[in-house]
Amino acid sequence: MKLYEYEGKRIFKGVGIEIPKGLLISSPAQARKFAGELGGPVILKAQVLASGRGKVGGVRLAETPVEAEQTSEEILKMNIKGYDVENLLVEEALDIQKEIYISMTYEEKTKGRLILVSASGGVDINEVAEKTPEKLKRISLGSWMGLQTFQARELAFYLGLSGKQNSALQSILLKLWKVFEFYDASLVEVNPLIITRGGRVVVADSHIEIDNDALLRQKERLAKSEIFDRVDNTRLPTSFEEEAAAIDKSDYRGVAGRVVDFPGNLGLLIGAGGGSLTIFDAILRNGGNPANYCEVGGNPPVSKVYRLCKLILQKPGVKGLAVITNVFSNSRVDFLARGMIKAMLELDIDPQNYPILFRSAGAYEEDAYAILRKYGVKYLGRDTTLDEASKYAVNMLGKK
Amino acid sequence: MSILIDKNTRVLVQGITGREASAFTMSMLEYGTPVLAGVTPGKGGHKVYDVPVFNTVKQAVEMYPEINTVITSVPPFVAMDAVMESVDAGIPLINVFTERIPRLDACRLVEYCRLHEVRLVGPNSLGMCAPGKAKLGAIGGPSVEFQKAYIPGNVAILSRSGGMMTETASLLALNGIGISIAINIGGDPIIGSTFIELLPLLAKDDETELIVLFCEPGTSSEEQMAAWVQKTGFPKPIIAFVTGRFVDTMPGMRFGHAAVIVEGNTGSAEGKIQTMRGAGIHIAETHEQIAQLAKKLLKR
Repeated sequence: MKLYEYEGKRIFKGVGIEIPKGLLISSPAQARKFAGELGGPVILKAQVLASGRGKVGGVRLAETPVEAEQTSEEILKMNIKGYDVENLLVEEALDIQKEIYISMTYEEKTKGRLILVSASGGVDINEVAEKTPEKLKRISLGSWMGLQTFQARELAFYLGLSGKQNSALQSILLKLWKVFEFYDASLVEVNPLIITRGGRVVVADSHIEIDNDALLRQKERLAKSEIFDRVDNTRLPTSFEEEAAAIDKSDYRGVAGRVVDFPGNLGLLIGAGGGSLTIFDAILRNGGNPANYCEVGGNPPVSKVYRLCKLILQKPGVKGLAVITNVFSNSRVDFLARGMIKAMLELDIDPQNYPILFRSAGAYEEDAYAILRKYGVKYLGRDTTLDEASKYAVNMLGKK
Repeated sequence: MSILIDKNTRVLVQGITGREASAFTMSMLEYGTPVLAGVTPGKGGHKVYDVPVFNTVKQAVEMYPEINTVITSVPPFVAMDAVMESVDAGIPLINVFTERIPRLDACRLVEYCRLHEVRLVGPNSLGMCAPGKAKLGAIGGPSVEFQKAYIPGNVAILSRSGGMMTETASLLALNGIGISIAINIGGDPIIGSTFIELLPLLAKDDETELIVLFCEPGTSSEEQMAAWVQKTGFPKPIIAFVTGRFVDTMPGMRFGHAAVIVEGNTGSAEGKIQTMRGAGIHIAETHEQIAQLAKKLLKR
């Protein structure tokens, strides 16, 4: 789960890290009032979960309170990468001497953790990594022993800091690390940390992501900082996706509902995890026009299959249904068949005359096939490959 | 002797009283793999399909010192603790089935096993099997179904997907090709044994002539493995199939397993295919092509 910048900064402040003086506002009048109180130029920062907001005008400078009011009005009307801007962070504009980049994350290659710093902060760090990798310093860290004082010291000297700023940075690195570990973050990123001409060391940005699999045990901690659960995706879910997710959530048994909306006419009930990827690839390769992606696995009960199937069949534009899965180990094929038939009967769809491609095998396959025969549905078993089954499904409705 | 599991495998199941765990325990017993004990704290003295349940792993191992393999199937927040308990009881092979373990805990349990030189498979694994010898988990379903998909032979499958491991075995079986060992390495980004850590065992395994890898987008495990295969001149032919090519076109979206997410240019299906092909690994363009390539490479 991504945190908003202002939420991350609230956490930073709580552990004694200096952040710019600022206020979260939702109206231009508030921006003007707070800018007046600060006295001096301010930065207006759109609070959205998308990255790269600066490049599209979501972060702007205002010299006067009147300008702050006008500019914030403009930003509050923006939509940044699918997100409406609802709030702004109004902050004192800092007198920048140096900008530093810091991030902490997991590293799949070493199966551990990683801290990354650069004296070239304030810009797109991916560009720095690509063009001048020597300007980045990384230290791989184990998962039991975290960042140690000597490592924070090494990094502070690497960044060319001396005196009070050096020790301030060491202290900030150790505190950021504490946040990273204590809150089960999968990412803590600061771009930039600012050293002002007056010598202040200020964390001017925050990008925190909490590990979704740890949310349950972080719930109370986050609530103390007034941070609550939210839907997290690179794009906003469609209502079709939301309804499917609700079906999946309604019953903990098995998966039947992780669905992605596509604009085509072929409804898909496919599984399991790796199988869905393989089948979806095969459908596209054969020129198919899918209405959705989905994953069915882990032995979902009939009720869940039925509800998901009903949702897919009712999706506007759907003209046929492909139920294709890999050979199941722990899911029952008959549950799949029962759920599908039940959904059709309830929607007054005659299974015998509706375009269906059914290919599944594994536990209780004979029961499943008996049910399908009873309703006049043709089916395929393990001797038809996933590739062949996908091709038949595409041919059943015609190509794009 | 196959790698990791064989006729001498003696199993303890952590979390045996759970819904999934009791189901796969039955499936293993039915296949003839000895599950000697289970552990669920507070349920000591109970039985699951006649398998005695203990409160701690040490109690179980005292009673059955021949236990050499543990399956961990416990809730995500207690998985790290459970794995450490098994390591401390001296178990040399731990297969973690638990899904959705917090990242920090997953890293810690992986590191703990590495420090103690314990072979860890998973987390988020569905299990493994050596046809005709032993199986861990519900792999392949009931015996009658299992035997349709897995016939004994000389092809090893390492798979990032549990379901597609059985589909792949089934495809090979239809073409008369059998399996020496099939291992679902787990669908998480951080796992105990990736391809690169299992291939050295298969290089030395005289029951394995050919290796099939089922790969997915996300992580750098295929890329690292390919570099190693090229550098060391791996002695046996390898076939790789990469699923989820469409994921490349939707960066940042998660599909399938937790590890399937393409970020920037890292982990793309296309990148993996190019790298592996460059290392001399045979690429199956479609899943069914695995069978044709296997027949050719086994000279049948």
